[in-house]
Amino acid sequence: MSNPQMVMYEEEFHEINVVIERLLQEANAKVIFLVDKNGQLISGVGDTERFDTTSLASLTAGNIAATGGLAKLIGEKEFSILFHEGEKDNLHISIVGGRVILVVLFDSRSSLGLVRLRVKKSSDELSAIFDKLLKKAEDKEKKGTSDFPFAEITDDDIDNLFS
Amino acid sequence: MSFINYASREINCKIVYYGPGLCGKTTNLQYVYQKTAPDAKGKMISLATETERTLFFDFLPLALGEIRGFKTRFHLYTVPGQVFYDASRKLILKGVDGVVFVADSQEERIDANIESLDNLRFNLKEQGYDLDKLPYVIQYNKRDLPGAMPVEEMRRDLNPTNVLEYEACATTGEGVFETLKAIAKLILIDLKKGK
Repeated sequence: MSNPQMVMYEEEFHEINVVIERLLQEANAKVIFLVDKNGQLISGVGDTERFDTTSLASLTAGNIAATGGLAKLIGEKEFSILFHEGEKDNLHISIVGGRVILVVLFDSRSSLGLVRLRVKKSSDELSAIFDKLLKKAEDKEKKGTSDFPFAEITDDDIDNLFS
Repeated sequence: MSFINYASREINCKIVYYGPGLCGKTTNLQYVYQKTAPDAKGKMISLATETERTLFFDFLPLALGEIRGFKTRFHLYTVPGQVFYDASRKLILKGVDGVVFVADSQEERIDANIESLDNLRFNLKEQGYDLDKLPYVIQYNKRDLPGAMPVEEMRRDLNPTNVLEYEACATTGEGVFETLKAIAKLILIDLKKGK
């Protein structure tokens, strides 16, 4: 398979949330999401209840994929930052560590400049956490000590899902 | 590529419905959406043209239930079937865990089916996947139409590797859930083997 499986552990999940919670405060944002490039929501902080987070994640990934395609057509590797301006709310979308998408939703209480500045700092921290996560998953796989929950599932378990 | 989250105890998988234009990929998803309990599904998103042709993708998140304390979620996507949307199709295959190939049973669409299947194989390869190693099922759709080809002939052209296949009529829902269950099951078995 071309991609290793994306795995998230408690420890890193907590670390990630600390970083994006702080970004939420510092950037004066309404909501912040982290999304995998394949469209899976990793985490979200702020006023997440008001939004359909699953759809948001999927469309964000589609958006990044489409603009990535555009970038390649004009000879760029990717467009690492996208900005969508609305009447009230704006979206700042950026790629972290080449793999994860950081989405910051903000309104007039913040500004694009502030968001960009804060995102830049947090991106480095997030990038380091995701590197660690990837290494951890690889190490576990090498050692064969994977605590993968599906290794012991039975056919009955799977059948039960559909009953 | 599935996403396992130990913190929220969730496992997410991506299923892509592939096939030629107007073969019924979106109709498959619409039927699943209509027949699924509200608490098990999210909003269905269709990025379509004004004439309801899929422009980028349709998306439907489904929660199947729990396995060993992990919530299993499947994200269903369709690709735009029309030939000239190939760039968009490639993007949607990124991170795919399982593929449903929806074939149009009408005799005049057999060439379109074959072309789309070749295109699937090629696009997967570009992303580093091999169709023969992925969870993959075929659905022969539109079996209710008078011009439907015999299944044996379609099998010869479209299913040389003998993967699981289902006859369907997506507008009435016949075969839709059978197909979905089959691919979901193959993905879970694959996950189990993978570690």
